[in-house]
Amino acid sequence: MTSEQPQMKSIWYLVGLILISMGVIIFITGLVSPETQKTVLAELRPDIWWGLVMIAGGLTLFLTNRKSST
Amino acid sequence: MEAIHLTIADWLIIAVYFGFVLGIGFYLKKFTRSENDFFLAGRKNSAWVAGLAFLSANLGALELLGMTGNTYKYGMYVAHFYWIGAVPAMLFLGIYMMPFYYSSKIKSIPGYLKLRFDEKTRVLNGIAFAVMTLLVSGINLYAMALVLHTFLGWNWDICMWMSAATVACYVGLSGLMSAIFTEIVQFFLIWFGLFLVAMLGIVEIGSLKEVFHRIPEAYNTLWSTSADPSKNGMLISWGGIVLGLGFVLSFGYWTTDFLVVQRAFTAKDLRTARLTPILASFFKMCVPFLVIIPGLIALILSNDPKSGFALLQDGGKLNYDSALPLLIARYYPTGLLGLGVTALLAGFMAGQAGNISAFNTVWTYDIYHSVINKKASDVHLVWMGRAATIVGIIISIGTAYWARSFPSIMDYMQAIFSWVNAPLFATMLLGMFVKWITPKGAFWGLIAGMGSSFTLFLAAKFNWISASLITLSSVSSEMAVNFWRAWWAWCICFIVTIVISLFTEKKPESELVGLVKGLTPETATGPIPLYKKPEFIGIVSLVIFILLNVYFW
Repeated sequence: MTSEQPQMKSIWYLVGLILISMGVIIFITGLVSPETQKTVLAELRPDIWWGLVMIAGGLTLFLTNRKSST
Repeated sequence: MEAIHLTIADWLIIAVYFGFVLGIGFYLKKFTRSENDFFLAGRKNSAWVAGLAFLSANLGALELLGMTGNTYKYGMYVAHFYWIGAVPAMLFLGIYMMPFYYSSKIKSIPGYLKLRFDEKTRVLNGIAFAVMTLLVSGINLYAMALVLHTFLGWNWDICMWMSAATVACYVGLSGLMSAIFTEIVQFFLIWFGLFLVAMLGIVEIGSLKEVFHRIPEAYNTLWSTSADPSKNGMLISWGGIVLGLGFVLSFGYWTTDFLVVQRAFTAKDLRTARLTPILASFFKMCVPFLVIIPGLIALILSNDPKSGFALLQDGGKLNYDSALPLLIARYYPTGLLGLGVTALLAGFMAGQAGNISAFNTVWTYDIYHSVINKKASDVHLVWMGRAATIVGIIISIGTAYWARSFPSIMDYMQAIFSWVNAPLFATMLLGMFVKWITPKGAFWGLIAGMGSSFTLFLAAKFNWISASLITLSSVSSEMAVNFWRAWWAWCICFIVTIVISLFTEKKPESELVGLVKGLTPETATGPIPLYKKPEFIGIVSLVIFILLNVYFW
């Protein structure tokens, strides 16, 4: 009988997960918050597109490393 | 100032971060089975993992806040910390020094001193490093509470105890392995969290060209004003930059400070270990985008009354460290604000975790195992590492409360490095490249170097001697004195070590094989393509470094 050692998840997979989680929160907050916020250059909606950038970066790391281990 | 108000979205992002780092600590515990796993992260990391951790161990929030503030104060000259003050030393470590460190299978820098010289030199450096690490860790904790209290209105005690408990938890559970994992998470959070500050700042000013156009020449060049110290914001000559920062402080820190070098020891093989600082050097050259540009933007906005931007004042003096948090508050709407705060929190906590993981290794191997309990088993050493983590955190909290009652201790951070690292670099350089350097020469050279650096610090602080005697210039800043003091301490250690070595007993050459250049066989790396060789990648880094200096001359 053989006992399989558990494989450690890759750090890039975990980084992908955290970026996706935070990106989704920032993106949704950007969508639901009023367009006229008090911050400088708020009219550029940095929260919406930066949230998307984080989701895209996170998904790339998550999907390319979901089967790899450290 | 009025505290920055966080919304539920911001809190959610902070909670995600805490959930992840604690989760990583618990997740990695089942993979932490031996002392090798706890203290050296299993020695199985790739060059990317070790390289990013190597860089992140130095990229704490204290560094980010301090360097942005320093840019406001001194201008572009602060970029020297990232380019000449880092890149040549990182490449030297990867190309020349790492083979000695990695091949001798040491677990710490003091461990090398024991093999090359003797036990007392190892213990001396071990104790100096442990004290320095706990001081820096405590100051880091204090700085974090200060920032969170000032800008977010959070309770001082809760900030310190919560973050200290979190760090104690994940480092105690899985040691260096979780410290490295969280450092890489921190690296991404800092880039994603702070990149937009620089981008939105450039958009507000107009363009990057306009940013440089709107600051005076003394603040917007790297070298062209360095012939005359009175012509640049840092009041320093090129000699001080090259000798003090570029040579002694930089090489002293990047090649001998165990906090950063420990990350390279976790690499899976020698080539990977050599690539660790070389890959990190590319990212290091990019960090000025996160700190120099925001510092210059803060300077421009402060000089423009219509912008409504002004740094905080403490007792009538400008609080330069407030530049970055104020820019975050200026540009980041809700949600992004939580990300910016999390980036700073991650920087503080990873900085503390890095210090504590280096401390627990040096304490366990170089003080406890070396002096107190030489027969300790593998299991006992892991237990001791965990105990040292908890005790180290408690001492850091004590130091943080001490710093709170003595705030000017923050100013001594750079000085602390020059007491320990600058002389140690002379010892290491001589030890690795000159075979007739003796144990007695190294020990007394180190004592003389550390003692002279500390004495010069006191002499300048209490005006026993004029700062111009140290800097060889009629005008100088505190930073210039730091650079020159490091240079003199290095020279004293270097000369004393050589002189004493000439008259004392040498170690037999057979005991120095693998530790000294000339007595160590060249390590064959096997047939690998040119572009994968550390030397080739190092040359690419060096070329980029030269181009950056020429472009911003």
